[in-house]
Amino acid sequence: MIKKEMIAMLLAGGQGSRLGVLTSKLAKPAVAFGGKYKIIDFPLSNCINSGIDTVGVLTQYRPLRLNQHIGIGIPWDLDRNLGGVTVLPPYEKSTNSQWYTGTANAIYQNLEYIDYYNPEYVLILSGDHIYKMDYEVMLEFHKSMGADITLATYEVPMEEASRFGVVITDENNVIQEFEEKPKKPRSNKASMGIYIFKWSVLKEALQTLKDVPSCDFGKHVIPHCHEKGSKVVAYDFRGYWKDVGTLGSYWEANMELVDLVPEFNLYEEFWKIYTKSEIVPPQYIDQNGTVRESIIGEGTEVYGEVTHSVIGAGVTIGKGAVVRDSIIMNGTVIGEGAVVDKAIIAEDVQIGKNVELGVGEEAPNEKAPHIYSFGLVTIGENSVIPDCVKVGKNTAIFGPTEAEEYPDGILKSGASLIKVGDLA
Amino acid sequence: MRAIGVILAGGNSNRMGELSAKRAVAAMPVVGSYRAIDFSLSNMTNSRIQKVAVITQYNSRSLNEHLNSSKWWDFGRKQGGLYVFTPTITSTNSYWYQGTADALYQNINFLKDSHEPYVVVASGDGVYKLDYNKVLEEHIKRGADITVVCKTMDPNEDDISRFGIVKYNDDMQIVDFEEKPLVATTSTVSIGVYVIRRRQLIELLEACAKEGRTDFVRDIVIRYKNVKKIYAYMTDSYWRNIGTVDAYYRTNMDFLKKEIRDYFFRQHPDVYSRVDDLPPAKYNGGAVINNSLIASGCIVNGTVENSVLFKKVYVGNNCVIRNSIILNDVHIGDNSVIENCIVESRDTLRAGTVHTSEPGQIKVVVEKNFRYAL
Repeated sequence: MIKKEMIAMLLAGGQGSRLGVLTSKLAKPAVAFGGKYKIIDFPLSNCINSGIDTVGVLTQYRPLRLNQHIGIGIPWDLDRNLGGVTVLPPYEKSTNSQWYTGTANAIYQNLEYIDYYNPEYVLILSGDHIYKMDYEVMLEFHKSMGADITLATYEVPMEEASRFGVVITDENNVIQEFEEKPKKPRSNKASMGIYIFKWSVLKEALQTLKDVPSCDFGKHVIPHCHEKGSKVVAYDFRGYWKDVGTLGSYWEANMELVDLVPEFNLYEEFWKIYTKSEIVPPQYIDQNGTVRESIIGEGTEVYGEVTHSVIGAGVTIGKGAVVRDSIIMNGTVIGEGAVVDKAIIAEDVQIGKNVELGVGEEAPNEKAPHIYSFGLVTIGENSVIPDCVKVGKNTAIFGPTEAEEYPDGILKSGASLIKVGDLA
Repeated sequence: MRAIGVILAGGNSNRMGELSAKRAVAAMPVVGSYRAIDFSLSNMTNSRIQKVAVITQYNSRSLNEHLNSSKWWDFGRKQGGLYVFTPTITSTNSYWYQGTADALYQNINFLKDSHEPYVVVASGDGVYKLDYNKVLEEHIKRGADITVVCKTMDPNEDDISRFGIVKYNDDMQIVDFEEKPLVATTSTVSIGVYVIRRRQLIELLEACAKEGRTDFVRDIVIRYKNVKKIYAYMTDSYWRNIGTVDAYYRTNMDFLKKEIRDYFFRQHPDVYSRVDDLPPAKYNGGAVINNSLIASGCIVNGTVENSVLFKKVYVGNNCVIRNSIILNDVHIGDNSVIENCIVESRDTLRAGTVHTSEPGQIKVVVEKNFRYAL
């Protein structure tokens, strides 16, 4: 008989549209992070490190890169005879076919997957946070509290609490009330979007709420269970937890990794983060190369200068090039003499010779000021930047570009040059 | 597939000094991220050979650890896969492998139970890329009994008298083969890769065993060279054997040259290795790096010049590492100076340690200090 104590359902279907061109062709959980990782590596590694060997990954938005990355789960030891990782896309039914319309709806559409493993508990995760967490400890807490539902919560500064769903608890951490993005928050315990459910409780709720449009955990399922009298408790998580939902927070979280002793330490032996690495060789720093306050992935060759940056694997930094305060993902080539300041450059981009990125005064982005701000230059995967052009701040470039598209050889601060993808 | 593979990874090399004290040469870490055997294993898988035996005997713990999963070289197959054969006591034999032919003979059932018509025999201590199919095609075209892969070496680059020296005629047939001669008369050496028909190999091994002969080169290749059709296959691509301290040092340093790095790291096909899940290398404020290879998991605070840092090396503040090779997981305390050395893996050098030597006189450093766990 098949019986798993707890299985995890990892919600990885979201676009993460505030990451702009970075998620134009791939889902947010597949975005690179920290030189060699992808965002989804963190929850997946947490699962296997917590002893959870059965993980359903719910995909929807542009899943190709995610599928390629996960494969059969070898890097996380999730290639199992029984359990392991399973990618769960939306599927057609004889009537009422629909996409995943909400977080809880996605789980509802995969009831059979969960039932197959006959679990006692179900762990709901989202694929877009950077953190290390032992879900087994959370499960112990859940059991010791005799709870039906446990929410992981994180204490945020009171002034920021109004951006989150916060919970109000009694002295025993039992949740009394929920407030979704309150104007005047009465608590700073923010829900992290990590839940442990008794499977019987979750199943009942999903079946009852199956016709609710865009059925969501925070908005519908948890309040429903709470009203019905289920015991909902808060599990205080203390440790590093970072939402990387905006380009600014994504850039910041990467930059924190190069601190002398980073708060989020990838060098700990006892909680390794696993990822699919295709590139094995050591990196090479040339006679004329300098690297300082940076982390650099496998197989990268540095002939120029790299300071305070996060560089992926298989990158080439050309002779005389200068890279500062930037994130450069796998396979990108920075041309000779180029100057890169505060840029996020996705995979396999070609930056021409003597290009200057991040020049001039800041100006708000003309098309999407809420996305491209923080003074960053953001360049999507497989883009080509011609030789000798200049690019200002709060700019976005995506696709193969040519010199004619840079009037007077410059893309001014606040401008966008998006030639491919859904945003073109 | 037309061939199975056998990798002879048994050996110790006393010319590796202390470096081979704790591992077989095939398990020796090379070029930052690899072990020597990765090159032969990757060649096998890139030549689409699906069934490979690794035969090993001397201190194989480190090698076994490296081969604990065969998936990294894509040998996690239902058909075929990776086999590691160490000597075993049987009802008829309780000896260790007496030589390379004996090692093959003791595993003759592996050869008998396969159905592929050919066998590729390779050694586990060469650093090279080679498509064995090309050798096999030549072998079939010439109607050879044994094909020996050879390379013309530059005598300035390596001591060629430590190899098998080959003379061949205009038809590429081998007319003379001398193992480790006192004076080498040509500069063509066998690189230790052979192609032979499986049934032919079984026959030769059985004949050999009957006469109590044990060495593949001496008792088969050399002994039968006038009876069987033994041909040379010349390769002119990069090949190095790492079997001496000096050769080991030079091979690693070769990878500081761009054309060699490009050939191995950026041109098809790739060389594979076991994945260690180490974070990216980290360079802190005081790092000064010149012309060096740095593997993943390293943390560098000091100066590194013309050196190779293997995985997970820690270099403290104000250190100077010059013309040196630092093997896996070495911790070098602040203010240390290392010049022209090879530092053995998992070593801990206390702050202020100085190890220097002259160029060409590479010193092997083994301190075996206790490391206080953090």
